[in-house]
Amino acid sequence: MSWISETVSIAGVALRIARAGSGAPVLVLHHDVGKPDHMPFYDALASHFSVLAPSHPGYDGSERPEWLRNVRDVAVVYQRLIAERDLGPVSLVGLGFGGWIAAEMAAMAPRAFRRLVLVGAMGIKPERGEIADQALVSYIDYARRGFADQGAFDRIFGADPPTAQLEQWDLNREMTFRIAWKPYMYNPTLPHLLGGLATPALVVWGSDDRIVPLECGERYVKALGRARLSVVEGAGHFVEMEKPDELARLVVDFVNAA
Amino acid sequence: MHLMYFTEQPMSAYPADAGRDFGATALMFSNRFFDPVAGSRLYNEYLEHYRIAEDAGFDGIMLNEHHNAPFCMQAKCNVFASILAAMTKRVKIVLLGNPLPLADNPVRLAEELAMIDMVSRGRLVSGFVRGGGQEQLATGVNPAYNRERFEEAHELIVKAWTQPGPFRWEGAHYQHRVVNPWAVPLQKPHPRVWIPGVLSKETIIWAAKKRYPYIALSTAIDATKKIWELYDQVAAETGYAGGPEYRGYLQRCHVAETEEKAMENARQFMWMQGEFTGLAHPVWSSPSGYFSPSYRQAFVEYAVGRRSNPRGAAFDDQIRDQQIVAGTPKTVIPKLKRLLEETRPSILGLWASDGFVRNEDAKTCIRLLGQEVLPALREIGKDLGLWSPFEANAPVSLAFPDSARPAGAAA
Repeated sequence: MSWISETVSIAGVALRIARAGSGAPVLVLHHDVGKPDHMPFYDALASHFSVLAPSHPGYDGSERPEWLRNVRDVAVVYQRLIAERDLGPVSLVGLGFGGWIAAEMAAMAPRAFRRLVLVGAMGIKPERGEIADQALVSYIDYARRGFADQGAFDRIFGADPPTAQLEQWDLNREMTFRIAWKPYMYNPTLPHLLGGLATPALVVWGSDDRIVPLECGERYVKALGRARLSVVEGAGHFVEMEKPDELARLVVDFVNAA
Repeated sequence: MHLMYFTEQPMSAYPADAGRDFGATALMFSNRFFDPVAGSRLYNEYLEHYRIAEDAGFDGIMLNEHHNAPFCMQAKCNVFASILAAMTKRVKIVLLGNPLPLADNPVRLAEELAMIDMVSRGRLVSGFVRGGGQEQLATGVNPAYNRERFEEAHELIVKAWTQPGPFRWEGAHYQHRVVNPWAVPLQKPHPRVWIPGVLSKETIIWAAKKRYPYIALSTAIDATKKIWELYDQVAAETGYAGGPEYRGYLQRCHVAETEEKAMENARQFMWMQGEFTGLAHPVWSSPSGYFSPSYRQAFVEYAVGRRSNPRGAAFDDQIRDQQIVAGTPKTVIPKLKRLLEETRPSILGLWASDGFVRNEDAKTCIRLLGQEVLPALREIGKDLGLWSPFEANAPVSLAFPDSARPAGAAA
């Protein structure tokens, strides 16, 4: 799959966007740790859809706007991206932190999206457990925590990730602190704004997600109007990195369903 | 010279083996190991040491603030400043310093500091710091905005001190609809502000641009000279001449009646396994966004154990480099003389004891410092022309070219 990388200015912010494929437009929003290159999950989606995979403002080489203060701001920037591209009904696939952004986008535009897929999404406060705090652990430990199978981490990032990767993780983490420091990784108002969403929603969770508890997936389903929960066995928080084929199948089937 | 007495107020009654087992003695090391009976005893011993220090002839008592760790029990420097304001008569109360970004309400800080200044009858020196990385995590404030919060809080505090209220403040990090505290400082235009730091260039430059004295915290002599080179260069660019009245230094210095006893007690400066703020995960002391971008590469490697701590030197190295000075007054004075000759500070803090140094030895140290070391330092200071900001009647800052004086006093 050949990906085109471009930089576009949205709301005055230079965003890096990768795109590939053709067909129904799907916007994929990445994790707080960033998006590694050449992920099979993205290739699989791009063989069915026209996939847009931006890097969030301040992450992975997208410009960091000093004024941007919260996840809802990021959601608005992405609404602007969609509006300026005039893409027609877009489906959103939000991965982890990107899932929170996707949920915010859907909440503020309840009729705009064709399908919503939230995978291990942050954004809702768990009542029984806690969302793991990255502030207290190293970049490597946090990323490893997102995997059920450490071998998968090794294959994707290397057993000993290079300094350049550490620096990017630190930059990404700095941006995460800027916009999601506290309350950490959730907005207490979000569950109240998702009710009665016209958009059909699929909530996917790794059975071994040690970053965002499965309970948050259940809370998302409860808050959304038309949603169901699908659990991927043996996957951690980074479902698309550990079980790309299975997740791709779930997403493709869901987005393509009538 | 302005000679200050300092202690970290070590929580020396904590179980060190529990800290070793846990693998950290900061931030996350459970406070179930904090025994308030010992805490109460220690706080009162430290208060007695401050009384003795004033009687022994120190010009000032230096206070600081740290959280969540046994290396320092001063969880709130304003608390001890308040106590000293009432308890002491003569010494300056030198806060080095209030960690501004930890204050979600700088107006409250301005208010407390004004009260301390008035109760002490104008003896407050109100230093400000950014606060260490761990402090941000311990207090829940965002490390990514640390420098912005520091600068905005400083601006708001100085304004609250010097501009009559009520006024309104709509800032990036602090918003107050009514700034009008009914507590204003006795010293005019405001209490002196000194800025402590280690090697951060940004802080040195910021202090020099404001014309605030900078207090180098136990840096090696060569590194200290570089600090003053940078400070003086920025001072010149800003339009004034740097020099001793802008320079302070914190020296670990333990004196005892014998060399052996002094050296034995001085080892306690390494009591936190050589990490003076306690053993901590690197990402606790340097959370993302806290350190300067220019240090990013070094710190991310340190954070995953790929590089050793850029800080801690071994005890013997620190003795050799004079970062720790220990001995009888006779052997200590020449070492301090060398420090003064080579780096020319007019403000000198003597950090006298740490860790498990026995109460009696801590008191003996203060007594010996007062009897023999302080007088010698004053002589040396006179010879070298190391006039403190008080002696030199230095301006409080670039923004306020007047020296500090009590309210109502003639200019």
